Amino acid sequence: MEHLRIPIGRVIELSIDLFTEHFSFITIAFSQVTENGIKYLVKAMMFFPPWTLILIFTGLAWYLSRRRGIALFALIGLALIWNMGLWAPTMSTIALVFISTLMAILIGMPLGIVSALSQAAYRIIMPILDVMQTMPAFVYLIPAIPLFGLGPVGAIFSTVIFAMPPAIRLTCLGIRQVPVELIEAADAFGSTKSQKLFKLQLPMATPTIMAGINQTVMLALSMVVIAAMIGAKGLGGEVWKAIQRLQPDRGFESGIAIVIIAMIFDRIMQRIGNKKEETETR
Amino acid sequence: MTEKIVVENLYKIFGAHPEKGLKLYQEGFSKDDIMEKTKQTIGIADVSFTVNEGEILVIMGLSGSGKSTLVRCINRLIEPSYGKIFLDGVDITGLSEEELRKLRQERFGMVFQHFALFPHRTVLKNVEYGLEIQKVPPPVRREKAMQSLEQVGLKGWEDSYPEQLSGGMQQRVGLARALALDPDIMLMDEAFSALDPLIRRDMQDELLDLQERVQKTIIFISHDLDEALKLGDRIILMKDGKIVQEGAAEDILTNPADEYVEKFVEDVDISKMITAETVMKNPIQVASFAHDGPKAALWKMKQAGISSIFVQHKSRLQGLVSADDAVQALKEGVKDLTGILQTDITTVLPDTPASELFPLLAESSPVAVVNAEGRLKGVIVKGTLLAALSEGVSNNGTS
Ligand SMILES: Nc1ncnc2c1ncn2[C@@H]1O[C@H](COP(=O)(O)OP(=O)(O)OP(=O)(O)O)[C@@H](O)[C@H]1O
Ligand SMILES: [Mg+2]
Repeated sequence: MEHLRIPIGRVIELSIDLFTEHFSFITIAFSQVTENGIKYLVKAMMFFPPWTLILIFTGLAWYLSRRRGIALFALIGLALIWNMGLWAPTMSTIALVFISTLMAILIGMPLGIVSALSQAAYRIIMPILDVMQTMPAFVYLIPAIPLFGLGPVGAIFSTVIFAMPPAIRLTCLGIRQVPVELIEAADAFGSTKSQKLFKLQLPMATPTIMAGINQTVMLALSMVVIAAMIGAKGLGGEVWKAIQRLQPDRGFESGIAIVIIAMIFDRIMQRIGNKKEETETR
Repeated sequence: MTEKIVVENLYKIFGAHPEKGLKLYQEGFSKDDIMEKTKQTIGIADVSFTVNEGEILVIMGLSGSGKSTLVRCINRLIEPSYGKIFLDGVDITGLSEEELRKLRQERFGMVFQHFALFPHRTVLKNVEYGLEIQKVPPPVRREKAMQSLEQVGLKGWEDSYPEQLSGGMQQRVGLARALALDPDIMLMDEAFSALDPLIRRDMQDELLDLQERVQKTIIFISHDLDEALKLGDRIILMKDGKIVQEGAAEDILTNPADEYVEKFVEDVDISKMITAETVMKNPIQVASFAHDGPKAALWKMKQAGISSIFVQHKSRLQGLVSADDAVQALKEGVKDLTGILQTDITTVLPDTPASELFPLLAESSPVAVVNAEGRLKGVIVKGTLLAALSEGVSNNGTS
């Protein structure tokens, strides 16, 4: 049977090799952008004393959600994290999530738009997303190592890929949900394709796109933790260390910090999505 | 009269192989046969007609007869398969995409059956849409949009969102959106079909008013003969994608071309055109629930020479008091009408057709005509209805 084996793994390996050899300028550019991004972001956040940042985040939570409960939760949660001595890794996790999400959206939204507008693109992109979303998260760590080595850049690369599918899918869905009648009306008034996109399709898809972005943030957070295995620092790194050194207390504390961050993000994102909807259907 | 739009031998055959459909059609096969044999759907077939400047042309037909397809071929929202469309003498079937967009922006206004307003935009922003995509500067487009809203009677609603408006108002926005561009041609695909009958009639009246002022060339799609007769300078009747008859309302009513047209025409019978509003009498006397007791009610009945009287309270009809009951109450020394008010009376809306009034009048008590707010507008008794009908029939017979 050995000689009949179809070399799927081998092909993928070869293409990764090919990529590292001939397209290294892409990986280098990606490395530099993300590496600097994280560096400065973390630097900026660590520049402030934690309590000022806690107040800023609390204010931001209130401003974005307009809910006192959410702001209060952010205040207490972040204070607890500080108290547990996990402030620095938490900041680095937030920076990783922020940058990965931003990249996932910047790549994912245009792909979503293309797949909504072109049937051919839709037929190609959707099956790929299906595969991507069923693939175990760990697998995405593998190509990161030959391409970027151990460290935060590889972690961000895996995270972007892992977190992107909902951004693509829900952008596409949101645009496709716009009733044909409205598209027809826009056409009847002589709109160009881009006028239709920016004045009708995207505004109407916004609540759906926001739901996609929320999912992307949550996936990014979970992946950033897993990516500690290839050298992403942050809270995931703390958990990973705790496993290796058999320190259950430290591990659980970091776990709690992750939950707190996830809940703050989730509540705020949900409120932004709903608020949009409320003003639109006012 | 100048010819604004000339349509020549226009076909739309849906499907991947229109030529197969065309061939069978020209060999005389029916729409159903062609569908079965080639999987091509005849949308419209061999349609030719002209629209004169400043007229309202109504295109009528049953569901599936190709009305929407035809009107969308005219601004090429649907690409015709064969044939030519001339607008002011220029064939528009060969225009490039860019030219076509310009044409749609400048010449055509379109109003849709289900309004198709943009839900994320305010009323004003909806009306501005056409101007916005032509990059008209904001102050100018705002002013034009406000004018257009004023024309349709929606001043003061510009900051509302479409879903806060009733159906009738939404369609006014649709109308204003089309008018804001000051197009010379209005395409209206069953623009009033989704509205309820009362509002619908108002809108028809308003369209006619508006047309007096703006003098557009209007192609109006409808599946309702009453509407077509009311609005249309000329009417085209379609069936299975073909034109079966074309002419003034009068021609179609008096000389139906075939049974299909005849079936349409049969529906407009006289008792349907005569409504409660036309046969009702003004209520001569009405009792007030708050101020009148049995004595005042009796006095009013005597004045008007009637044996029962309607009672209103705060401009809303409450019920009926009969003379017998009032006399009885007076004897017993009762001071108000509460005890003798009959509340189970029959009421109808002003636009109820006469045909529906007959069964209601079988009982001897009068029928009250009330408007949507519950205010008494008139009274119908059996005699008045019969008199009005015989009058209506003789008038109709001679005209
Ligand atoms: N996109 C399409 N693809 C295939 N067939 C179509 C398409 N649009 C319309 N048709 C067919 O063309 C015919 C005419 O349809 P059209 O919508 O013009 O009818 P209509 O007179 O407007 O009917 P209604 O009163 O229901 O609006 C129908 O048989 C319909 O099934
Ligand atoms: Mg139609």
